[in-house]
Amino acid sequence: MRTDAGRWVLVLLASTFFACESREDGQTTIVLTGSSTVAPLMTEIGRRYEEQHPGVRVDVQAGGSSRGVADARSGLAQIGMASRELTADEQDLVAYPIASDGVTVILHRDNPVKALTQEQLLEIYLGRARNWKAFGGPDSEITVVTKAEGRSTRELFLDYLGIESPEIHADVIIGHNEQGIQTVAGNPAAIGFVSIGTAAVDVERGVAIRLLPLDGIPATLEAVSSGTFPISRPLNLVVPRGRHGDFEDLIRFARSEQVHDLVRAQAFVPIQP
Amino acid sequence: MTSSALKHSSRFSRDRWLVAVLTGAAALSAAILVFVVVFLARESWPALDRIGVTRFLSDDGWFPTSGRFELTPMLAGSLIVTLGSLLVAAPVGVGAAVFTQFYAPGAIARWYRRAMGVLAGVPSVVLGLFGLMTIVPWIARIRAPGASVLAGALLLALMILPTIVLMTDAAFAAVPRSQLSAAAALGYGRWTTIRRIALASARPSIVSAIVLALARAIGETMVVLMVCGNVVQYPSSPFSPVRTLTANIALEMPYATTLHRSALFVGGLLLVLAVGLAFWCLARFQIRLERDD
Repeated sequence: MRTDAGRWVLVLLASTFFACESREDGQTTIVLTGSSTVAPLMTEIGRRYEEQHPGVRVDVQAGGSSRGVADARSGLAQIGMASRELTADEQDLVAYPIASDGVTVILHRDNPVKALTQEQLLEIYLGRARNWKAFGGPDSEITVVTKAEGRSTRELFLDYLGIESPEIHADVIIGHNEQGIQTVAGNPAAIGFVSIGTAAVDVERGVAIRLLPLDGIPATLEAVSSGTFPISRPLNLVVPRGRHGDFEDLIRFARSEQVHDLVRAQAFVPIQP
Repeated sequence: MTSSALKHSSRFSRDRWLVAVLTGAAALSAAILVFVVVFLARESWPALDRIGVTRFLSDDGWFPTSGRFELTPMLAGSLIVTLGSLLVAAPVGVGAAVFTQFYAPGAIARWYRRAMGVLAGVPSVVLGLFGLMTIVPWIARIRAPGASVLAGALLLALMILPTIVLMTDAAFAAVPRSQLSAAAALGYGRWTTIRRIALASARPSIVSAIVLALARAIGETMVVLMVCGNVVQYPSSPFSPVRTLTANIALEMPYATTLHRSALFVGGLLLVLAVGLAFWCLARFQIRLERDD
């Protein structure tokens, strides 16, 4: 009797296992990993794509542009997301831009400093200037918020300032954009650099941050769109050269006019056809 | 006669099944641990082999992309934040358990235990967000940047408090009522009874609770990643930002390749060893207690 019961348990367990397996069958899953700047946009685009293609699931995971490049190469993801141009030693991949974005400096809303020159930013990010008083602000110590290595926002910002990675000063090191914005919003003496798109959406939601102009050019969609903003970058989907599959249709969709409203809603600039 | 023999054999086979299932369950859990340790060791091997153990202790800083692999500041970070959280959570937790078991009215004690259960179930990312938006700005007002050892220790304390409260409370509940009544009959006051009888007999369980809490705190990732500031350095005060080994893995694993990736696994291996050491010390302590009895 008991032995039979035991067998039944095994059979039941096995059948649920196979049931899970077969449910996966009719579905295709497209996995995208990489830049935390591109991820929220691709999540929205993926959702719309899923609505139009019931058999497809789009799975988007953030982790930084370097992860996007590495996962696309290794095949862990069909598509990588990178919020920068591909470098010289990444020419085994093809980049498909889906939008453009800028990087700018953010301060707490209550910080009276209205602008910082490139030299002043350099002083702050090398850790030489430690107090807001030097820039016409209150007498409080500057909290320098920096992105972790492997994030393209950091690489672009360092390029703009012309400094090497180990030289950069940091009081707080953050991972993705939202964490950086929350850190600055919670500390009136903080300074950070993030994606204009992500920051602009948060400002609209009432988060206590302010975007600074760079080189006198205001951090707006228009400036990024016209190409005059000092730190602009493409938001790319990357795949290894010569790889084909269902994901190509998703890339076409992400670059089509059908998603321009989603791109604008995230305060990015749609690509010109 | 025959029927009784049948009954006997059926019970025998039932037992055999039970023993087989139980042994299987125990073997599976042990095997998973062994598997994890073997996996960690295998992944860390390239780094241990090519970088060498000493360089993890003596390199000039952690710049893995430039070939500098010092892990000790982050090991120190993990240990300091964890010990800080225990310093807060252990006295508060044991105190709260004394209160619920011996002083609180029944209804309050019941609600309190339920609340602790809920606190134990709060996802760490929610606690982390709470910390980032309330505790970090609050500490920043005392001293910038706010993201610090102190913030991490306070939030981890909140996270491990339920473990300590609930386990200590259960240990107090297991103290024989007769002993407590005997103490009262001898004319001991309430506090003396608690101190001399309840705390003394619950001591092994309280120590287990603290070690379990320690294991959870040292392995926690999301909370410390969000509120500790993640700067690789030996903290000079409770207000210094610090990076723990777990936060380091979470920040860098996504893009790390080759030796860098392997070095991150060395960090993971160090954590498992630290937890193993804590449990070994616990076992030694319990053996000593038994011998003293």
